Amino acid sequence: MTDTTRRAAASTPPTPAVLGTEPGENDVTMIDTEPASAPDAAPEAIYRLEGVTRTYTQKGRVVKALAGVDLEIEAGDFVTIQGPTGGGKSTLLQLLGALDRPTTGAVHLGDIDIATANNSRLGRIRAHEIGFVFQGFNLIPTLTAHENVDMALEPLGLSKDERAARVTEALAHVGLAERGDHRPGELSGGQQQRVAIARAIVKRPRVLLADEPTGNLDESMRDEILAVLQKLNDEGLTLIVVTHDSAVARRARRRLRLDKGTVRDITR
Amino acid sequence: MYMTYLRRELAGRKKQTIIVAAGLAIAIALVMIVNSLAAGVSAAQAKALESVYGVGTDLTVTGAQAEPGQGGGQRFDFGQDGGSTTDDGTTELSQSRLMTDFMRGTLDASTLDTVTGIDGVSAASAALSLTNSTFSGELPQRPTDTGDGSTDTQQAPPQQTEGGGGGGFGGGSFDVDSFTVLGIDPSADAVGPLSAVELTDGRGLEASDAGADVAVLDATYSTSSDLAVGDTIDVGGTDFEVVGIVGSTSDSADTASNVYIPLDVAQDLSGAGDVVSTIYVQAESSDAIASVQSALESELPEATVSSQSDLASTVSGSLSSATSLITNLGTWLSLIVLAVALVLAVLFTISGVSRRTREFGTLKAIGWSNGRVVGQVAGESVVQGFIGGVVGLVIGFAGILAINLISPTISAAPSSQSFGDGSGPQMGGPGGGGGFMSAVQQTTTDIVLTAPITVWVVVAAVGIAVLGGLVAGAFGGWRAARLSPAEALRSVG
Repeated sequence: MTDTTRRAAASTPPTPAVLGTEPGENDVTMIDTEPASAPDAAPEAIYRLEGVTRTYTQKGRVVKALAGVDLEIEAGDFVTIQGPTGGGKSTLLQLLGALDRPTTGAVHLGDIDIATANNSRLGRIRAHEIGFVFQGFNLIPTLTAHENVDMALEPLGLSKDERAARVTEALAHVGLAERGDHRPGELSGGQQQRVAIARAIVKRPRVLLADEPTGNLDESMRDEILAVLQKLNDEGLTLIVVTHDSAVARRARRRLRLDKGTVRDITR
Repeated sequence: MYMTYLRRELAGRKKQTIIVAAGLAIAIALVMIVNSLAAGVSAAQAKALESVYGVGTDLTVTGAQAEPGQGGGQRFDFGQDGGSTTDDGTTELSQSRLMTDFMRGTLDASTLDTVTGIDGVSAASAALSLTNSTFSGELPQRPTDTGDGSTDTQQAPPQQTEGGGGGGFGGGSFDVDSFTVLGIDPSADAVGPLSAVELTDGRGLEASDAGADVAVLDATYSTSSDLAVGDTIDVGGTDFEVVGIVGSTSDSADTASNVYIPLDVAQDLSGAGDVVSTIYVQAESSDAIASVQSALESELPEATVSSQSDLASTVSGSLSSATSLITNLGTWLSLIVLAVALVLAVLFTISGVSRRTREFGTLKAIGWSNGRVVGQVAGESVVQGFIGGVVGLVIGFAGILAINLISPTISAAPSSQSFGDGSGPQMGGPGGGGGFMSAVQQTTTDIVLTAPITVWVVVAAVGIAVLGGLVAGAFGGWRAARLSPAEALRSVG
């Protein structure tokens, strides 16, 4: 998808994503039935999950993190995933982020099935299509903000000048144009997370996945980050955010709840 | 970006970088110093051997170990007219004998032709090692006849004269004066014992000297015996004219023998016949030495063929101790330190990867390939190794410089026993008297031990540094490659 088509998809008002449900009917698990609107008016689905399960073996015990998830997420949407600890949120995010493969089922990102892609393909998907933001920022402490952001461009094979321009633009986008030469230790938590967001968007991804992006921040910094995320979504970037924070969830157009490996749409 | 990240990571983990680099540096410095000392000892051995075997001798061929009773050539034989009897009944005896090595057999002279005919041999010369022993002394009047014609064999304990080497019975006394004699081909100067000597006076043996009673003396022996060019020396009862004096080219070293005479004369005089004791062989090239040695062994199964490394093992004295120390302690110490340094580097790298699980998980999450992450880890290790290599080179060079400044002196005594060039085991005198072969000159050399810096020493140091970095990087990279990005991120919450 090009930037133009992405913007076009984002400009389309999001429709209820829980297929087969009436608007406002949010407490059901996804059932793939009829589309909510006419096909020619429906925004493009960036993700389509079909019968996704994911099990782990921990200390000889089989843990079912996801138990048959069917889900469709539209381009340009702002989706939050909530739920109790151990409910499968991070597992779902990792599948969406091509960091992992489902045990059974299919995870389609556009027309690519993540479940069947090889490691090299998954790496390319992560490098080009997906931006990640982590709760702990995950910045490299020895590198400056500029260099941390630049790390995301390493796999793209861009020229030095283009990389520098993109990094500068991304830092400016999150309001840190003047802090590029600061190391993470010299920045506040909110600023570090903004650097992490800049690192996620510098590659111009199709989707930004955030795992508890405000989990380590106080209220003012949280709002700061939310404003940045909201702005990115307004510009058309698809946001999928795992959060415990209801303030974050309130900003989303669509809210999902994941509990015991099953997902429900709780958008009101 | 690669180098920036690498530089920042190494600078950010100074402690680990310093420990790994220091470990490798010490190992590299030790390997350099030990290698260098080994080269120095080898050079010292070669120098010590040159004085005995000459320059360019790659192989020696000697007779096989002799059976008891074989060898030796002439024996002392005092007949009825073996001496002159004085008025008081004391018999004065004086006799010179030339003897071959008692413990080693000789080779037929035609062996030289066999050796020369072998492919890869560029030059060869033969020598006959002899010992000239002069027995002189007095015997008291013979004990009274018992009347049955037999001689009373009850003798008084031997009395050794001052200075050793003597013995006697019945109150008599005698001296045994021995010196080594080497019969050499006067026309051969390319290889052999005289190829490493320098003429200090007179002339050397020439082709025209064949059959002539002429001798060349070792400088040290000529001094101690007060002999000069123009004098005569009694060899095997024959007077030889001293035509030249030769000295060793190495400092403080003596040449292979005390006296050098033409080979044919030595053969005649000793009564050994048409034989030689040692053939000095020069190969066409160093690559050909092994094949020539094996051809010689095959062609001459009864003979003993020795290479330079075999010869080196005959060097004794403190040089031998130094060799042993470097070979054993030095090598093992280097290997142990090297192993510890490598293990340290590997452990630190693996530990570093474990500590950076989240970092690598994040990099994989943002699209870095396994190869790129592994390259990063390996690159950091190689640079650590490189730093260790540079520091190790500096320490190694400093150590080598210190050794060369101190210039320790070690003694070297090439033992010629194994090669049958004249000495052989000490022989007990009659009645258990002092061995008269003990007077045989021992070629002892004081050599300044140097630690040369060779290209190989530097290559070895750099190689170890790169190897250390690569080994550590391979382990660390393998660990990093196995990290699943999902698990890496999950494991750190």
